[in-house]
Amino acid sequence: MSDKKTLFINNIEVEFTDEKTVLEVIRNNGFDVPTFCHRPDLTQYGACRMCIVEQEGRGIQASCTMPPRAGIKIQTNSDKVRKIRKTILELLLANHKRECLTCEKSGNCELQKYAAEYGITDIRFPKLEEKDYLPIDNFNPSIVRDPSKCILCGACVRACSEFQGHSVLGFVNRGSNTVVSPMNGRYLSQVDCVFCGQCQSVCPTGALSIKSDIDRAWELINNKEKKVVIQFAPSVRVAFGEEFNLEAGENTIGKIYAAARRLGFDLIFDTNFSADLTIMEEANEFVGRLTKGENLPLFTSCCPAWVRYVETQHPELINHLSTCKSPQGMLSPVVKEFLPNYYEGYTKENIAVISVMPCTAKKYEAIREQLFGETDIVLTTQEFAKMIKAAGIDFKKLKDEKADSPFGLYTGAGTIFGASGGVAEAAVRTAYNMVTGEELSNIDITPLRGVDAESRTKDMIVDIKGTQVKVRVVSTLKEAEKSLQELIAGKSDYHILEVMACPGGCVNGGGQPTSCLDSKIKEKRAQGLYEEDKNLELRKSHTNPDIIKLYDECLGGKPGSEKAHHLLHTSYTDKFKGSYKDIK
Amino acid sequence: MEKIKLTVDIKEEQKKAQEIINKQGRRILVCASTGCLANGALDLIEKFKELGANADILTKEDKMSVIPTGCIGFCEQGCLVVIPDRKLTYVHVKKEDVEEIYDSLKNNTIVERLLYVDPALNSKVVNNEEMNFYAKQTRTAMKNCGLINPESLDEAIAAGAYSALSKVLEENDQEFVISEIEKSGLRGRGGGGFATGKKWRSVYQHRGGKSYVICNGDEGDPGAFMDRSVMEDDPNKLLEGMAIAAFAVGADEGYIYVRAEYPLAIKRLKMAIAAAEERNLLGKNIMGSNFSFHIHIKEGAGAFVCGESSALIASIEGERGMPRPKNIHMAECGLFKRPTLLNNVETFANVPLIITNGSEWFSAMGTEGSKGTKTFALTGEVNNTGLIEVPMNTTLRQIVFDLGGGIRNGKKFKAVQIGGPSGGCLTEEHLDMPMDYDQLKKVGAMVGSGGLVVMNEDTCIVEVARFFMNFTQHESCGKCTPCREGTKQMLAILERIVRGQGKMEDLDTLEELGEVIKEGSLCGLGKSAPNPVLSTLKYFRDEYVAHIKDKKCPAGVCKALKHFEIQEDKCKGCTKCARNCPVGAIEGTIKEPHKINQDKCIKCGACIDNCPFKAIEIK
Repeated sequence: MSDKKTLFINNIEVEFTDEKTVLEVIRNNGFDVPTFCHRPDLTQYGACRMCIVEQEGRGIQASCTMPPRAGIKIQTNSDKVRKIRKTILELLLANHKRECLTCEKSGNCELQKYAAEYGITDIRFPKLEEKDYLPIDNFNPSIVRDPSKCILCGACVRACSEFQGHSVLGFVNRGSNTVVSPMNGRYLSQVDCVFCGQCQSVCPTGALSIKSDIDRAWELINNKEKKVVIQFAPSVRVAFGEEFNLEAGENTIGKIYAAARRLGFDLIFDTNFSADLTIMEEANEFVGRLTKGENLPLFTSCCPAWVRYVETQHPELINHLSTCKSPQGMLSPVVKEFLPNYYEGYTKENIAVISVMPCTAKKYEAIREQLFGETDIVLTTQEFAKMIKAAGIDFKKLKDEKADSPFGLYTGAGTIFGASGGVAEAAVRTAYNMVTGEELSNIDITPLRGVDAESRTKDMIVDIKGTQVKVRVVSTLKEAEKSLQELIAGKSDYHILEVMACPGGCVNGGGQPTSCLDSKIKEKRAQGLYEEDKNLELRKSHTNPDIIKLYDECLGGKPGSEKAHHLLHTSYTDKFKGSYKDIK
Repeated sequence: MEKIKLTVDIKEEQKKAQEIINKQGRRILVCASTGCLANGALDLIEKFKELGANADILTKEDKMSVIPTGCIGFCEQGCLVVIPDRKLTYVHVKKEDVEEIYDSLKNNTIVERLLYVDPALNSKVVNNEEMNFYAKQTRTAMKNCGLINPESLDEAIAAGAYSALSKVLEENDQEFVISEIEKSGLRGRGGGGFATGKKWRSVYQHRGGKSYVICNGDEGDPGAFMDRSVMEDDPNKLLEGMAIAAFAVGADEGYIYVRAEYPLAIKRLKMAIAAAEERNLLGKNIMGSNFSFHIHIKEGAGAFVCGESSALIASIEGERGMPRPKNIHMAECGLFKRPTLLNNVETFANVPLIITNGSEWFSAMGTEGSKGTKTFALTGEVNNTGLIEVPMNTTLRQIVFDLGGGIRNGKKFKAVQIGGPSGGCLTEEHLDMPMDYDQLKKVGAMVGSGGLVVMNEDTCIVEVARFFMNFTQHESCGKCTPCREGTKQMLAILERIVRGQGKMEDLDTLEELGEVIKEGSLCGLGKSAPNPVLSTLKYFRDEYVAHIKDKKCPAGVCKALKHFEIQEDKCKGCTKCARNCPVGAIEGTIKEPHKINQDKCIKCGACIDNCPFKAIEIK
C-alpha cells in the first residue's frame, strides 16, 4: 500500500495515494471538473483547459496534468475558474457548427452538456473561422467525420496513434486554422483506416460519430415481406444497460431479447451461438495447421479491423489469418441457409439479418465483397439503444426472456469472446478436446484474461498432453504490430495470435456506450462476461447441443466438412496498394 | 577531484594562432554579416584584396589584410569598415570608397567624409572609443563579434576560445563549474530569466544515464537577431559554452536548434563544429580528457512556438512542434525522455567568460537580481539601430538616448515595445528603469529575448497591439483553446477598432479575454500573447478610446480613420494634386481652392506629396 497523503479540495481535506494527477484526486473524492481532452487511457494532453483549478499561491493550473502534492489547496469552482471555463466554452461554441438539434451526438455530446451546465445562453463572440465549408466525410460504412464540429481536443489523434499505432488522423495547419484530417485531406475510406471507431468513441462532440443505420433497420422491421431476425454479440449484453442507467457489467441479455421482440423482430438469435460455431471451426483449423506445421501462428479473424489491418499493412501474412468467418459472419449465412428447415414461411430470400455489435468495423465487415448480402444491417450497441428509446420501450421494466431456437443456445466459451483473450481461451478449451479426446480439467485460463492497459499483450503456454502450444493474446493494433515485427524477424515461436483492435477487446469496442471517461468500465464489462461464463452449465463450445445438432443435421457431421467450409469460411485480399506504406 | 593532464595545450594553441594573426599585419575589418552583405560588403572585401590587403599573399611592404568579420552591431551605418589599430570606424562605405581608405591607411591619414557623425553633437567621431554607441556598451557574450573572422578557428582561439573549457577539463570538477555559474547569478537569456545554475544543478542531480544539452537558437521574435549574431559571428563561443555545460551536467550529446531561416548561422556552426572536432576541441575525449561531447544541428522549420522548450523537444524528436504539459521537469525527463538541459544561445555564450574571469567578475555587473549584461536588438525610431550589449542596470533612457542617439528626426519619444510579441510596452515613466528581469515583470513587460522597438509620436499604439496580436495569432500552434480561439477573437476586435468600428465594451472584452488567455493557456506563447494588448490598454487607453469614440487615430496611422482635407486658405488652385490623384478624387477649377471627394479618396497620400503649398492636411 502506498502512503496516504492529504490535500484540500474546496476546503475539504481529502486523501490521495498513487493518483498521478490532481484531476484523479478530484474525481476519486466526489468532485468533478469538466474535461474535453482528458481521457484516462490516453496520454496527458492539457489542451482544452476546461479542467483548470485555482491553487492557493500558484494560481490557475490545469488539473489533468498537475501531479498531486500533500497539503496543496485547490479550488475547483472559484470565480476566476468559472469565468475562464465559461469563456472557453463561449470561444469553442463561437466556432462550432451549432446544429445540436440535428446532431448525431445530441444528448451524448460533452460540449452540449457543459454548455448547459454552465448556463451559456449567449455567445459574445462572432464566428470567425468558416469551418462549415469543410467537407463531411461519410463515405465509409462506419464513421462520419464532420470537421466543423471539431474542438481540436486531439483525443481521436491520440487514440489512433496510441491504440492502433496507425495515425490515420493527424493535425493539419496551425493556430486557428488547425484541423484534424487524414493524409492529404482524403476520406477515411481512401486511407488505411480500419474503422475500429475508437476515434469516435473518445470524441467529445459530433465531429466523429457512428454512421447510423437506424432508419434502414426500422424500414426492414416494418417491411411485411421480410422475416427479420436479430443477433447480439457477446459484449453487447454487459454494456447495454449503461444506456439505461444500469451498472457497467450488468448482464441484461434477457431484457435485450425481450426488447427486440417488442420492436417487432421475428426471431431472436444470439451471436454467442455462432461464437461457439467459430470455435469449432477455428479449433479444427488450428489442430490441422499444428499437425501439418503450416501457416503458424494462426491469426484469429473475428476482429474485422484486425483483418483489414493485415490486408492493408501486411498482405504477406494473409495466409496466417484463420479462414473462419467471424461469429457475425457465420450466423447470418447459417440462418439464411438453414432456418427454412426449422420454421415455416421462411425462405432464403425473405430472411433479413440484423446484428447488434459493439463495433463500427462490423458495419464494414458486412459489406466486404466476400460477405456482402449475408448480414443485412449492422447496428452498434448505441444505435440499438436509441431504437429502444424511440420505440417507447421501458427497458428497465422488461422481464427476462429467452432467445429462439435453434440458434439461441450458447456456452460460456461463446460469451467470453467479448473480452480480449476470450477467443483464445475458448479455442484452447475445445482444441484440447479435439486433440486428446479428453476434457481440460481447469478451464479458467486466467493468464489470458485482463483488459486493462497493462494486459494488452498476454502470453501463455498450454500443455496439450505433451504438445506445448504457445498462445499470444494482443489487444490494440499498436501491440499487434510489435508481435508482427517479431514474427517477421523470425523471433516468435507462438502458435496462436489472438488480436482485437480495441483496447481490451470488444467490451471496449467503438460502438459501445461511451466508456472513455473511466478506465474501469471496460473491466467491469469483462467481469460481467466472465461471471456469466462461470455460471453457465455449458462452458465449452463442443458441448453445445445445438451446435452438435447443427453439424449433424446441416453441416456434414463435423467441423471442416465441405458444407461447413462453403458456408463458414472466407478468403482475404491484398489491399496494400494505395496504403500509407505503399505510398511511403 | 583529481586533476587531469590534457593532451591539448590550449596556451600553445593560442600562441600558434596568434602568430598566424600577427603575420596578417594591419587588420582591416569589414563587417560581413547579413545586413552588410546585403549592402555589398563582399564587393568591399574583393576590392581590398585586389589592392593588396590579402592575408593569403602578404607580399607588400605595407602589410595589410582585410578580414571579413561578423556583425559589429551598428547595422544602421553599414557597410562598416573598422581599423582596430587606428581605432577608426568608417560608416556607409561603398565600393568606390575602398581605394581612398586603402591609400589613407598607407599614408596614415583619415578619410573624414566616411566618419560617423554623432547625431546629438552633430560632429564627426574620429576615435572609436568616443562613439557613444560602442562606448556605453559592455560586450561579454558578443565580445568577439565583429572583431574576428567567424570562419577561422585560429582567430577564435587567439581570442581565447576553448581556454575556459580547457580549464574546466583540467580541474575535472563538475561541482565547481555549477557553483561558479550559480554564484555568477546568470539567468536564462531566452525570456523567462530562470536561474541558470539552478537549472544545471537539477539536471546534474539526474545524471548517470544518457543526458542531453540543447541550445535554443530558434530566435523568432520579429526584429530580434541577438542569437543569430552570436551563432554567425562567434560560433565557437557558443560551442564552448555548451561543452562546459555538458561537462557540468554529465551529458555527452547536444543539439543546437536553429531556424532554417538562418542559413549563415547553420553554415558557420557546422564549419566550427567540424574544425573544433578536427583539433580535438569537441567530439570524442576532448583535449585528451575522458569527456566526450557531440553536437548536432537541428534545423527548425520556422514555427515561432518551437522556441518554447517542450515544443522544441517535440520538434527534435520528429513530432509536430506543439508544447507538452510540463508536469515532469525536463531535468528529469526531456529529450527522448532523458534528462535534458536547455538554454538559449546567449546564456551559453556567457559561460566561457564566467569560467575564465570568475563568477565575481560577472556578478559585479547588473542589478541585485539581474547580473551581467544583456544583448538587445535596438530597432524602430531611434537614430542608431543595431545590436547592443549593456549591463543589466542600464536604464531605458541610456539605451534610447545615449546608445541609440535619441529619436529619429527630432520627434518625441512615445514608447518602447520590449520582449517582442510576448513582451509589453514601456512608456516615458519607465525611462529611468533598469533593464532588470524583476522590475520589468512588475510593470507588465519582460526582458524577453531582447527585442527593443522604439516608437515615436507618429506610432499608433492600437496598430502596434494589432500587429503583435496578428503575429501571435498566426504563430499559435492551435493546441490549447484559450490561445487558439482567444487570440483570434482579440485580433478580430483590434481589427474592428483600427477600422473605426469598435465599441466601448470591446475594451472590457479585450481585457477579459486577455486575462483568460494569460491564465488559461498551456505554454508561454499563449500566456504572454495578450501582453502587448494589456500593457498598451493600461498605458494608452485614451488612444483606444479615441479610435472608438471619436473615430480618430491620434497618430494619424490607421487608414480607415484618417481623411485628407485641402485647406482653402493655403490652396492656390495649381491643380497639381488633382493631376496626381490616381483615382480622380480631387475636384476644382484652376486658381480656386480644390476639394477632395471623400467617397472616392483611397488615402494614398499622393496629393500631400505633390502639393507645393502644404495645403493638404490629414485629419
